[in-house]
Amino acid sequence: MTTFVTVSLKLLEGFGTTFLIFLITLLLAIPLGLPIALCSMSRFKPLRWLSRAFVWAIRGTPLMLQVIIVFYGPDLIGMPTSLSRMNAVVVAFVINYAAYFSEIYRGGIESVPKGQSEAGQVLGLRKDQIFFRIILPQVIKRIIPPMSNEIITLVKDTSLARIIAVRELIMEASTFIKTQALLWPLFYSGAFYLIFCGLLTILFNRLEKKLDYIKV
Amino acid sequence: MQNILEVQNLAKCFGSAEVLNDISFSLTQGEVVSIIGSSGSGKTTLLRCLNFLEQPDAGKIIVNGETLFDAQDPSTKLEKNLRHKRLHFGLVFQSFHLFPQYTAKRNITLAMELHAKERPDYRAEKKNILAELSVRADALLAEVGLSDKAGLYPYQLSGGQQQRVAIARALALNPEILCFDEPTSALDPELSAEVLGTIRRLAEIGRTMILVTHEMSFARQVSSRVLFMADGRIHEQGTPEEIFGAPKTPRLQSFLQNS
Repeated sequence: MTTFVTVSLKLLEGFGTTFLIFLITLLLAIPLGLPIALCSMSRFKPLRWLSRAFVWAIRGTPLMLQVIIVFYGPDLIGMPTSLSRMNAVVVAFVINYAAYFSEIYRGGIESVPKGQSEAGQVLGLRKDQIFFRIILPQVIKRIIPPMSNEIITLVKDTSLARIIAVRELIMEASTFIKTQALLWPLFYSGAFYLIFCGLLTILFNRLEKKLDYIKV
Repeated sequence: MQNILEVQNLAKCFGSAEVLNDISFSLTQGEVVSIIGSSGSGKTTLLRCLNFLEQPDAGKIIVNGETLFDAQDPSTKLEKNLRHKRLHFGLVFQSFHLFPQYTAKRNITLAMELHAKERPDYRAEKKNILAELSVRADALLAEVGLSDKAGLYPYQLSGGQQQRVAIARALALNPEILCFDEPTSALDPELSAEVLGTIRRLAEIGRTMILVTHEMSFARQVSSRVLFMADGRIHEQGTPEEIFGAPKTPRLQSFLQNS
């Protein structure tokens, strides 16, 4: 019983780190995805290509590799200050998820009928007013299902942080294999992910219901 | 009487397709001009040019003596002036394009409010201004006979009701010229009737309007003038009696026979 409590407390500690990575990534990547999406749709070709090349590179390589590059990369090219482990993870995650979110946003924005922005135009509205007042609310409604999908993936992707020894949930759980020859804490850690993702699912379903009044 | 609108030699191509070719006409205050013609004759493109959703390749658009667009004069094409020019015109779309996230009333007040925010006295007078706009929106809803639907979202309204909200939305900014792009083409006959009724009332109170339509009998009743378009040109024009009663060209005669 005492082992169970010890393990639980340790895993909870690991989950704290997991949750922190999750939260900071979301808070930064959700807004950052928007300018990337807008650049990807820009009428100015070089900007569009740059943005799309960026998204291609980020989506085309493993997140694990990106974490390693962000952490060890600066040292390799002789840059003086390298990031702390946790910061490196957050930077890599934010960049990676912003790229994925930007594609979801782009799909969402492009799926709003052109007539909506034309209706705004003939009412003499500015471009920014049309975007924020007319287009964006409809985009939010449309992208909730793909965003929930991506966000739930993020919960489990946090386990990649252990590649540079950030003590997140899986890492804490697997320490017990070495120190006490216990495998079950690793299985137990699955329950943490499961419950957390369950809560998120409920949250997203509520959000979806709340926006039900927008029929697009 | 001075012309409220003067369109001179307007032309527009999409690639190699000439959609508008040497279009000239004018409109006086309170006139209702209907534009008829088969699909692809350029009617919609003409309205889109007037509302600055498309840029003509040649010609001039003059409203109340002010040249809003002149293909020869680059200073009339500046993007930053576009939105103010658009306010001379209102446009009611074939498929309504109401904003689905807003109630009927909010659809009407949104643009009014955003424009009011640019007034220098907005901060100080916010409450009064918003109250005024709300009253105005209620009056517009009453005008299109939808006072009881103010709080409903577009999906809760029938097509005819949606189109009437769209008309009220276009009227909210008090445009000098109200354009309709086949406002009843997406509606069944019963719902069309209520929308046409609304347009008829606007004609009776002297709104200046341009009406692109396939409803020939309606065009005949409400219009002061009718333009018949074919192949991007104004093929024939005249009073409703002339156009529908005594069409001159074979093209118009066959168009009227088939519609």
